[in-house]
Amino acid sequence: MIRQVAIVGVGWSPFRSITPSISYKEMMYEAAVQAYRDAGIDPRRDVDSFVTVAEDFCEGTSIFDEYVPDQLGALHRPMHTITGDGIHGLAASVMQILTGRFDVVVLEGHSKASNILTMPYITAFAMDPVFNRPLAANPVFIAGMEMQRYLAETGTPLDACGQVVVKNRGNALINPLVEFGAELTVDDVLLSEPVAEPLTRLQCADHADGAVVMVLAAEEVAKTLTDTPIWVRGIGWANDTFWMESRTWGQAGYAYLAGQMAYRTAGIKSPRSEIDFAEIDDVYAYKELQHLEALGLCRPGEAGMWTLEGGTDLDGEFPVNPSGGSLGGGHMLDCTGLARTLEVVLQLRGKAGQRQLEDVETGLAFCWRGVPTTGGAAVILSN
Amino acid sequence: MKEHVYDTVYLRGKDFEEGNVLFETWDPNARYAWDTGVGMSRFLQELKAGRLVGAQCSGCCRVMVPPRMFCEHCFLPTDAFVPLQDTGTIVTFSLCYVTWDMIRIKEPQIPIVVAIDGASPGMGIMHLLGEIEPDAVKIGMRVQAVWKPAEERTASITDIAYFKPLEQGGSQ
Amino acid sequence: MSGNRVAVVGAGMTKFVRRAQETAKELAWEAASKALESCEMTLDDIDAVVIGTAPEAFDGVHMNSEYLSDGCGGWGKPVIRGYVGGGTGVFSPIQGWYHVASGLFDTVLVVAEEKMSSCQPHPQGAFLTIFDNFIERPLEPNLLWIFALEMNAYMNRYGLSKRDIATVSVKNKRNAADHPAALLGDPNITVEDVLNSEVLAWPVQRLDVSPVTDGAVALVMCAEHVARRVTDKPIWVEGVGWSLDSAYWTNRDLSYPTYVEEAARMAYDMAGITEPRKQIHIAEPYDPFDYKELHHLEGLLLFDKGEAPRAAADGVTQRDGDLPVCPSGGLLGVGNPIAAAGTMKVAEIFWQLRGEAGARQVPGKPKRGLAQAWGDLMQVGTVIILGA
Repeated sequence: MIRQVAIVGVGWSPFRSITPSISYKEMMYEAAVQAYRDAGIDPRRDVDSFVTVAEDFCEGTSIFDEYVPDQLGALHRPMHTITGDGIHGLAASVMQILTGRFDVVVLEGHSKASNILTMPYITAFAMDPVFNRPLAANPVFIAGMEMQRYLAETGTPLDACGQVVVKNRGNALINPLVEFGAELTVDDVLLSEPVAEPLTRLQCADHADGAVVMVLAAEEVAKTLTDTPIWVRGIGWANDTFWMESRTWGQAGYAYLAGQMAYRTAGIKSPRSEIDFAEIDDVYAYKELQHLEALGLCRPGEAGMWTLEGGTDLDGEFPVNPSGGSLGGGHMLDCTGLARTLEVVLQLRGKAGQRQLEDVETGLAFCWRGVPTTGGAAVILSN
Repeated sequence: MKEHVYDTVYLRGKDFEEGNVLFETWDPNARYAWDTGVGMSRFLQELKAGRLVGAQCSGCCRVMVPPRMFCEHCFLPTDAFVPLQDTGTIVTFSLCYVTWDMIRIKEPQIPIVVAIDGASPGMGIMHLLGEIEPDAVKIGMRVQAVWKPAEERTASITDIAYFKPLEQGGSQ
Repeated sequence: MSGNRVAVVGAGMTKFVRRAQETAKELAWEAASKALESCEMTLDDIDAVVIGTAPEAFDGVHMNSEYLSDGCGGWGKPVIRGYVGGGTGVFSPIQGWYHVASGLFDTVLVVAEEKMSSCQPHPQGAFLTIFDNFIERPLEPNLLWIFALEMNAYMNRYGLSKRDIATVSVKNKRNAADHPAALLGDPNITVEDVLNSEVLAWPVQRLDVSPVTDGAVALVMCAEHVARRVTDKPIWVEGVGWSLDSAYWTNRDLSYPTYVEEAARMAYDMAGITEPRKQIHIAEPYDPFDYKELHHLEGLLLFDKGEAPRAAADGVTQRDGDLPVCPSGGLLGVGNPIAAAGTMKVAEIFWQLRGEAGARQVPGKPKRGLAQAWGDLMQVGTVIILGA
């Protein structure tokens, strides 16, 4: 990239299944204050632009952009919403800095999923209104169909999907940020009640509330703000076809494309050897496997065995979702990718506490927009 | 530049009446229960008690209504709730002859922004004005909240039924 | 330090209509294909796609940009959608600018789409949900309220009459009569027609307001080395600016759009403009209501506070005046499919600076123009300056 960009501050409001004592504004304020303190900046003076990620129907407010500036200290400043995942927001922030006209950009993402009373209906509202919505089915069936096809194409054993859950919820047990940690067995997972076969309840991430704020800065500024800048090495995002009738159900094409762009911008030729660990979208257990393959971190069809052999464990050769991922930390709507990115930052700073990985220099975060979409984004960070 | 304009198919009322076009309908089932949080919870509780309250910033000392947990100008937490009067001054108004879904009404609704007494200058909230002839509404007019009876209040902005002109007080 | 130079090289749009048979996706495709055709490019030449569309409640689709992505040409490409309410239409080209200026992409297709008619019984209903969920929505506010409240505050501050303001509506609807995509062009409309139109929310009357509209507009933006190859008339992005004010709109002075001034100053600074009144030759400020054009012209520093109405009455803002304003016909005349309307303004500046605006062409070969949009809760200003 033509200019180096670093993450110089992070803040969060802890990820919890409910957060009844604070409003969305107060949650964002809490995360923002922490991020600004971390970066050592005053938002009213030192920030050139603000980016927030939100989808109106996740908020229950049209044009949610309206309600963001105050609690971020962003009023009378350039600020805009990205209706995408947090990593899309990160892409927008990075691009602004790369233009040379912005030195410090603040990025915010949040989830108040607990405030949504009709979640499956909201998700269904994302389906094609003419072809698919009249079927009036809970959209989780899309994940079930995709999982079925993925397993059939790759020969991945069901146990591997179970093992993803065992691993991630186990990792979450030692992550104080999150609350879905649990000691499970593969049988617990596979024998939990079916949701959309072969998908069972424990293979689906529950939702969580929370907020993440990050401060990004151009190289010259970053070096004055912190001794531990986390560099954005590469970033990529892509959409596959939205049509359910013509998508490639077995493979995550969007993850392949987003990964390729991220590797290209980072100058990475051999992702498996040049990247030390990853935080990868695992809103459904099979997605972690499918995404690992699409991102070229293992060969097609090998993610399952790799997982069963412990290769992606916390102490494995390539740890995946050391934070516990969405299965261990909750699906945080548009903030999901920022939760993944936050863990990569903490690991690269050596501040991941009990779950700290040894000698990590480069990590990847990847998000998916969830059913029924085929959109995703990837970011590669280095310390 | 005509060549750069795509000639869209323009539907008219009769296309629907005569069944010339097909459509799918869908009623969104989008329901939410929003956590009101620290600042707004207090405001709503006070409304139930028949009172208005603001929040004060320790930096700029502004008294803000609606109250919030932080000052957006100083980016500091607010540190005190401040009781306000239930009177104020009309900042601006409209006489509205259509409902929110564009059905015409005979007697206009009168939305106002009312700057609340006791808050810093220009600190207003939106509400409705009643007990007045539409022609008589003026910017700068002094008004007072008309509260619902205590037993009908639900900790909502509608606990104030509307604002009405304040007898004799002139403009502030 | 200002990244790569960025040009607009192509533009296309759909006709703006009250209710289109096309789905949102189809409208997006129609505009996108026209824009590509206009610069003899194909989708294969496009590196990334920017989508602009305003509240999902109109289209009735959650995560609307995912649904729209293939209609906008985004299959297999990086797709992103930014969002600043009504300000989106000018913000999307600003996003196009930062995509290319960042050096990550050489060519970007910007597609802004709005299909408001999907929202029944009336799209105004969707606007109920833009208000504060705690203390405003329970009052069942109408969108018109906030504009009426702002218009009244503006009129009161400067002692303006409805007649002072109605001239804007007349000018724009007359200008739109020459626009091949216009919904409400009318060469014969008079000030009396506006003043006698039905009162919706005093001081707002029917002909003070732009119509509910379906439509889409697309632009092709690219880096300098591509621009030089594909056209001999590139139009350069000289400045961009945007700014957002507080959500607590009832705490603000509604008579002046500070956020528009902030956005304008940012754009002028980038463009090296020190005397906007001399250096801007043509302006497309956002005009969903007639008073907004005046309000915005003041915020853009093109007229002193409270002075825009007189300039309008004196003919300064006519197509053959000293500063042609909304020569397209604006939202009042061409139509207001929210996000697409703002991008239509950018397209108009593009065509005017290339001398391709046909019957709407302003005299004197303008070299630099500005488009501006506005949105959220009367809260955001977005400004782009283009130069030949």
